[in-house]
Amino acid sequence: MIALSDYLIVAAILFSVSVAGIFLNRKNVLLLLMCIELMLLAVNINFIAFSHFLGDVAGQIFVFFILTVAAAEAAIGLAILVVLFRSRRTINVADLDALKG
Amino acid sequence: MMDYILLAIVLAPLAGSVIAGLFRNQIGRAGAHWVTILGVAVSCALSLYVFYRYAFGGAPVYNHTVYTWMVVDGLRMEVGFLIDRLTAMMMAVVTFVSLMVHIYTIGYMAHEEGYQRFFSYIALFTFSMLMLVMSNNFMQLFFGWEAVGLVSYLLIGFYFKRESAIFANLKAFLVNRVGDFGFVLGIAAVAMYMGTLDYAEAFARAPDLARTTISVWGDQAWSLMTVICILLFIGAMGKSAQVPLHVWLPDSMEGPTPISALIHAATMVTAGIFMVARMSPLYELSETALSFVMVIGATTAFFMGLIGIIQNDIKRVIAYSTLSQLGYMVAALGASAYAAGLFHLMTHAFFKALLFLGAGSVIIGMHHDQDIRNMGGVRKYMPITHWTFLIGTLALIGFPGFAGFFSKDAIIEAVHHSQIAGSGYAHWMLVAGVFVTALYSFRLYFIVFHGEGPRDAHAGEHLRESPKVVTVPLMLLAIPSVVIGYLAIGPMLFGDYFDGVISVAAIHDTLGEIHFEDAFTFMLHGLTGIPLYLAAAGAFVAWYVYMRRPIIATDLATRFDWLYAILDRKYGFDAFNQWVFAGGARLLGKVLWQAGDRVIIDGAVVNGSAHSVGWLASVMRYLQTGYLYHYAFAIIIGLLGLLSWFVIR
Repeated sequence: MIALSDYLIVAAILFSVSVAGIFLNRKNVLLLLMCIELMLLAVNINFIAFSHFLGDVAGQIFVFFILTVAAAEAAIGLAILVVLFRSRRTINVADLDALKG
Repeated sequence: MMDYILLAIVLAPLAGSVIAGLFRNQIGRAGAHWVTILGVAVSCALSLYVFYRYAFGGAPVYNHTVYTWMVVDGLRMEVGFLIDRLTAMMMAVVTFVSLMVHIYTIGYMAHEEGYQRFFSYIALFTFSMLMLVMSNNFMQLFFGWEAVGLVSYLLIGFYFKRESAIFANLKAFLVNRVGDFGFVLGIAAVAMYMGTLDYAEAFARAPDLARTTISVWGDQAWSLMTVICILLFIGAMGKSAQVPLHVWLPDSMEGPTPISALIHAATMVTAGIFMVARMSPLYELSETALSFVMVIGATTAFFMGLIGIIQNDIKRVIAYSTLSQLGYMVAALGASAYAAGLFHLMTHAFFKALLFLGAGSVIIGMHHDQDIRNMGGVRKYMPITHWTFLIGTLALIGFPGFAGFFSKDAIIEAVHHSQIAGSGYAHWMLVAGVFVTALYSFRLYFIVFHGEGPRDAHAGEHLRESPKVVTVPLMLLAIPSVVIGYLAIGPMLFGDYFDGVISVAAIHDTLGEIHFEDAFTFMLHGLTGIPLYLAAAGAFVAWYVYMRRPIIATDLATRFDWLYAILDRKYGFDAFNQWVFAGGARLLGKVLWQAGDRVIIDGAVVNGSAHSVGWLASVMRYLQTGYLYHYAFAIIIGLLGLLSWFVIR
């Protein structure tokens, strides 16, 4: 029998991996987007685990909403990425420092 | 009926002034003098009618408010007229002299620029002066007081391209501000303790406050009446040029000569004397204030006359003479001989205007050269000017029968009978002043009109009598200069003319102690007094020193060079003011500018805040790397920090 804590540990590991991905990744914006998606998935696992163990379906319904929104968000993010590449000819994170003070 | 007459008297000159001032291009030079002279002539005719009704017709005192400006906490600020015999006399004198000066100006200013502007100003002056003398409350008095000061400022600086004129008008304005500061404090004290600005109400309440004391600073108790009277008198010292606020009047001679005659001799400078006489119910309650007034007046009368002896500018000699005569009037006020002060005011207005206009006539002839050392023998070329000037001089020194004789003798007698502190000093100053007056007057007369012809022979060729517009006013002014004293002394000084207008406490009634039967016996009595012989001696000394032995004058000047230096520097008042007040104010301004404005406000507050924001931003910008992962890292660390704080707490 898999306990609730096991699910939470998996979700935490996933979340940490994605955060570490954001920090450590110096190359590619695509990877950043993927890490963000991964964060959402970690949260979704938490939702489903709690939903299952508390016997409340609302959590699982919420996950559908999150997935839908995440898909839309990914589409927009990729579209921005394409436009960005067209204008800057690069998607290297180290070169995208227009906000530098 | 009376309402309309009074309004017409005041507003006719104002209308003339506005038309001449605002439409100067449309109406031209002739239009400007016609419209202002018409306004002042209407005013003068109606004033003489009012004077006739009050002096001979026994008209009742008129005291009405025509307009209420505002009511603040029970304090009414109004425009109103108080017409009694004092006001009627002042109105007649002011409008008559003003009319003469208007006519004279046509000749004097004939070739000057700013002709319309000049007429606009002097008509405005007439309006202001009438507002001052006809007022029935302190508010309007103050309005007139400031308005005549403004016009005086404008006219002293009439030749605004000349540096000395600008200096002089600024000086006049600033010195008058000092006096007005006292004046406005005096009015404020009246409003505070009497709760009214109306003359009649204030005078009615004054006796109840006679014993009130206030503490100005510390625990020292001051008599309220003394404080009010001295504060008001400080205003009079500024306007009537009494020591030590006299310094502006000699410099005011930078203005055109008609102005010197009208404003700085005959009318405006007498506003202080008029004001004190008007406030006689207040001054009678404070013997200290009367002593103060008398000592200041006597000091001015003698010491300013002395300076007149060594001046070489024809107008400045007469200006110092004006200072000295104003001192006589003020001394009379101090002796409670208000009627004598006003009487001298009136006679002085005529003969001093005459002297100034005569001097102006000579100046026209000399092509605007004012140095008496360049003149001489003018009597051959300008007979009318010569004779009228001689009449003015005789009236000034108090030749028996002339106007000045009666008024000056009455003042000296009144001061002699006065018992208050300082009257002994005042009496001797005034008696000595008679000698000085005769000396400088005849020195001027002899040097200008007698002796060798003009120094520059070229000037002599062009020297001829001035046009009629100049000589007619001279002759018209010469008439009252001769007869007004003889005619008016009986009713004004010893009759009932000022009954109910001027109040004199029984113990101060110095005029009442003078024995008087009629003007002729008063004149005979004067023949036995010291002043007459002093005047004769002064005239003789002037003739001997400046006509027979001119060497004596230069010899005395070198032998007593320290005395000459003191007089030449006018006792150092100018240098003192220039150094202490003007220099001090400039130093203070410089300190405030450099330390206050540039360092604190500019440096610390305005630029300082901009600098500190800039510095903070220059530090903060290093945090903005522009890399997303740095921001994300900061978010996570922040979240971690907050969470741990939340958990551990």
